[in-house]
Amino acid sequence: MSAMFVNIDWYEIWLATLDTLLMLGGSLLFTVLLGLPLGVLLFLLGPRQLFAHRGAYAALSLVVNVLRSLPFIILLIVMIPFTVLVTGTSLGVAGAIPPLVVGATPFFARLVETALREVDRGIIEAVQSMGATTGQIIWNALLPEARPGIIAAVTVTAITLVSYTAMAGVVGAGGLGDLAIRFGYQRFQTDVMVVTVVLLLVLVQILQMLGDRLVVHFSRK
Amino acid sequence: MIEFQQVHKAYTVQGRQIPALQPTDLHVRRGEVFGLIGHSGAGKSTLLRLINRLEEPSGGRIIINGIEVTALDANGLRSFRRSVGMIFQHFNLLASKTVAENIAMPMKLAGGHGSADIAQRVRELLVRVGLSEHAQKYPAQLSGGQKQRVGIARALATGPDILLCDEATSALDPQTTAQVLQLLAEINRELGLTIVLITHEMDVIRRVCDRVGVMDGGVIVELGDVADVFLPPQHPTTISFVQESEDDDFVTDEDWQQVQGSIVRLTFLGESTYAPVLGRVARETGIDYSILAGRIGRIKDQPCGQLTVALSGSESQALAAREQLQAAGVTLEVIRA
Repeated sequence: MSAMFVNIDWYEIWLATLDTLLMLGGSLLFTVLLGLPLGVLLFLLGPRQLFAHRGAYAALSLVVNVLRSLPFIILLIVMIPFTVLVTGTSLGVAGAIPPLVVGATPFFARLVETALREVDRGIIEAVQSMGATTGQIIWNALLPEARPGIIAAVTVTAITLVSYTAMAGVVGAGGLGDLAIRFGYQRFQTDVMVVTVVLLLVLVQILQMLGDRLVVHFSRK
Repeated sequence: MIEFQQVHKAYTVQGRQIPALQPTDLHVRRGEVFGLIGHSGAGKSTLLRLINRLEEPSGGRIIINGIEVTALDANGLRSFRRSVGMIFQHFNLLASKTVAENIAMPMKLAGGHGSADIAQRVRELLVRVGLSEHAQKYPAQLSGGQKQRVGIARALATGPDILLCDEATSALDPQTTAQVLQLLAEINRELGLTIVLITHEMDVIRRVCDRVGVMDGGVIVELGDVADVFLPPQHPTTISFVQESEDDDFVTDEDWQQVQGSIVRLTFLGESTYAPVLGRVARETGIDYSILAGRIGRIKDQPCGQLTVALSGSESQALAAREQLQAAGVTLEVIRA
C-alpha cells in the first residue's frame, strides 16, 4: 500500500488543497459580487425588459461574449500585467484570483440573466402595479423569485472555477492542479496524479450536492 | 371616478403601428362593478392596463379621482398606483414568499407601515378572504381559488378605492369562479370599492357587473346596464356572446317551421320574472301559446328570464296579447310575425 503512494508528501497535498480552496473561495466571492449586478444589468437592458435598450445591451453582450470566447489558458497569460497591477504578483493564490474572476464573471452573469428571464413577467407586472420602484422590483421580486436559479448558477460557476484553478497551475498559481502538472505529469508520478484527481473529484461532488440541496430548499414547491 | 377622454393605444411592432385601442371615451362610476367583455385581441386587456398605466397611452387623457393620471411623473404614478389594486388571471403571486408575506408586500413597498401594523392588517385581510389558516403556506401549496383569494387580499392591502381584475376567474373551475365572484361582489358592497373587470365569459358579467362594455377590434361597441345590453343583444359581438352562453336554447329555423302562429321572444326582468304574466294574458285574450325555448336566471341581484313562445290565435288576439305583455313590463321581440 505504502509502496503505491511512495511519491506522496501528504503535507504538500494538504497545502495544495488549501490553495485550491482559497483560490476557489476568493474568486467565487468576487465573481458573484461582480457577476450578479452585471447579470441583472444584462437582464434589465434586454429586449422588452424594464430598461430595454438595444444599443447598450448589444455592447454589453459583446464584451461578455468576447471574454467568454477567450480560452481561459490564454486569458491567464494575457492578464498577467493587469494581475501584477492589482495584486502585485502574478504568482500564487493572489496572482490567480484576478484571471479567475475575469474568466468566470461573464459566464456567471449570463447564467444570472437566464435565471432572471425565467421569472414570470406577470410577477414583475404585479409588483409594478403596487407602485414599486425599479430597485424594489429587483430586490423584492426579481432576485427572490430567481433565487433557486441563481444558486444553481453559483454552483455551476464554482465547479467551472475548480477546473480553472487547475489550469492556473500552469502559470504558477499553486494548488492541486499545479501539483498534478508538476509531479503527476512532468515527473511521471502517477500516484500524485491519482490523489489530486480524486481530491478534485470529491470537491466537485461536494459543491454539486451542496448546490442541489440549496436549490431544493429555496424552491418552495 | 374613472374618466377616459379620447384615449388610444397603438403598439409598434417591427416599425409598424398596430392599433390596440381606438380613441375611446369612457366613464366608470364610483362604487360600481364595471365589466368589459370581448374576445382575445379585442383591446380589453390594453384598456384595463391603461387605467394604472401599466400600458402607456399613445394619446388622450385619463382622469381618476380628479387626478390626471396621464400627466403624472414616475413618483406621482407610483403613489397613485397604491390607490389601485389589481388581480390577475394567473394570480402572479411570489412563489418565494409565504401567503402572509405576499399580502404584506404592497405595504412594505409603500413604506411608512410598522411591522405590527402590517401584521395586524394581514390578519384582517386573511379573515376577509377566508384564509386565516394558510398564512404560513407558500403559493405552490394552495389551490387556484385560494391563490386568487391571496391575490385579492394583496390587492386590498393598501386600502385602494379601485380594483382592477384581469381575467381573474378565467383560470378557475366554475364552482371556484362563483366563489371568487361572490367575494368580489362582497368587497364591492362592503368596502364600496369600484371594480373594473375584464373577461371573455358572459357568466362573469351576468353575476357581478352593474354595467358592461362590449369590446371588439379596439372599440367599445356597446355600453350600458347589463340587462339593457344583453336583453336583447344588439351588436353582432354582443349577440355572439349571448349565444355562446346559451347554447342550450339555441333553436334553429327548421324547428320553427313546425309551429303555428307568430313567434316572439319575451324578456322578463325584475319582478315580472316570477309574475304569472303569460298565463294571465293568454286567459284574458284567448290566445294559445307554446314555449319553444327559455331560461330563467339572474343578472347580478335581479331575476330575469327569456322565453321564446309561439302565439296562435286570430290577428286581433295576437295584437291584444302583445300589448298586454308590454304593458306588464315584458320586453317583446317579434321573431316571426
